[in-house]
Amino acid sequence: MKKSFEENIDDLEKIVSELESGDLNLDDSVSKFEEGIKISKECNKILEDAEKKITILLNEDGNIKEENFTTEEE
Amino acid sequence: MKYRDIAISVSDLNKYIKDKIDNDEYLNNILIKGEISNFKNHYTGHMYFTLKDENSLIKCIMFKSYATKLTFMPKDGMKVMILGSVSVFERDGVYQVYAKVMEEDGLGDLYTKYQELKNKLEEQGLFDEEHKMPIPVMPKVIGVLTSSTGSVIRDIINVSTRRNPNVYIRLFPVPVQGEGAAEKIAQGIEFMNRNKLADVLILARGGGSLEDLWPFNEEIVAHSIYNSEIPIISAVGHETDFTIADFVADLRAPTPSAAAELAVADTYELKRKIDTYQDRLRNSLIKKLELMKLRYEKCISSTALKDPLRKINDNYLKIDNYIKQLENIIKTKQEKEKTKYIELLAKLDTLSPLKTLYRGYSITEKNGKIIKSKDELKQGDTIDIRFVDGQRQAKVQ
Repeated sequence: MKKSFEENIDDLEKIVSELESGDLNLDDSVSKFEEGIKISKECNKILEDAEKKITILLNEDGNIKEENFTTEEE
Repeated sequence: MKYRDIAISVSDLNKYIKDKIDNDEYLNNILIKGEISNFKNHYTGHMYFTLKDENSLIKCIMFKSYATKLTFMPKDGMKVMILGSVSVFERDGVYQVYAKVMEEDGLGDLYTKYQELKNKLEEQGLFDEEHKMPIPVMPKVIGVLTSSTGSVIRDIINVSTRRNPNVYIRLFPVPVQGEGAAEKIAQGIEFMNRNKLADVLILARGGGSLEDLWPFNEEIVAHSIYNSEIPIISAVGHETDFTIADFVADLRAPTPSAAAELAVADTYELKRKIDTYQDRLRNSLIKKLELMKLRYEKCISSTALKDPLRKINDNYLKIDNYIKQLENIIKTKQEKEKTKYIELLAKLDTLSPLKTLYRGYSITEKNGKIIKSKDELKQGDTIDIRFVDGQRQAKVQ
């Protein structure tokens, strides 16, 4: 199951602390680094994938419709 | 005569009305009863509020000098009695009550109702912290329950898009005051829940009097907020207004804009955070590599690796030394042995029978056996006499 943004950020934080603690050997450091970069790219993708949408829900004879909403100023 | 010449100015009219009222003895010292609403305690210390009954209202002001003498803090909904005067604020053409003394006249009905309901719901556990849900960090859809017109929805949209240009907002319009509003609000919350239309809900309305805000104090709204599986941020009224909805909600915001800030994550901030993490990852890996490089270079530059032959040469020297030592020992031993040998040889020489023979002695043998006594010989025996330079046979006489 794909991880949520929060879970990804938590994992990223953990990996950064582990790497910064300096306790890992060289092989583990490299693989943790790669994993961290992969997760951060995934986070960026989640942020960029969204699309702006402002809608209003209208009740028309029992059916609910979703339409684009503009404020009075627009 | 032109009408314009007899017409009076607005200022003159207001002054006329002010004079009329100021000269009225009754209005100079009047006792009024009514309910407070729209109460504002200004930072200057002056108090501004409206006094009303079922049919009408009048604006009031209580200057700081009088306000400081109050024994209680006036609140919307309170029923009070005021001693003061009525006068005209010429500039605005309004008349208002200038309160000098104020006393509580029992609690306003609505305010009592509010207190009772608040206590009842609190006891039922509707305000419990443990029941409150955390607001999701990255909600995909923000649901908003408020009026579709007015500044509230506009502010929420503005703040939200500023923080996240790709935000998804679903507005479910509801009446925010008046008859039936509470039911519609509750239905809205339930509708959003039933159809899973949002990851977080904002319940908002602008400021107003206790009556205006009343739908958010109704039990039906309180229960729908409590039972909502979608977390709810409530932003009802101004910063100092607290409705029951605010207590039941999972989070309270002082204004609709603040609610948007709480609901919508700032994506620019998040992007920066992610970039920082990437920098930290790179920097710590580089550090690790440099550390490894240092250790490697330290090993490489150690003498053991630089001059591998040195040890071998050292050992060669050692071996040479040992050989020399051995040679010395052998030599010394040889000398010793030689001396010993020479001594023994000399000794042997003196003990040698040949030497004795040389001195003139002879060895007498009979049949190969050496004769040591005269008794071993009898007359007629043949003996061999050995001299230093050979032997001769003889007969014993």
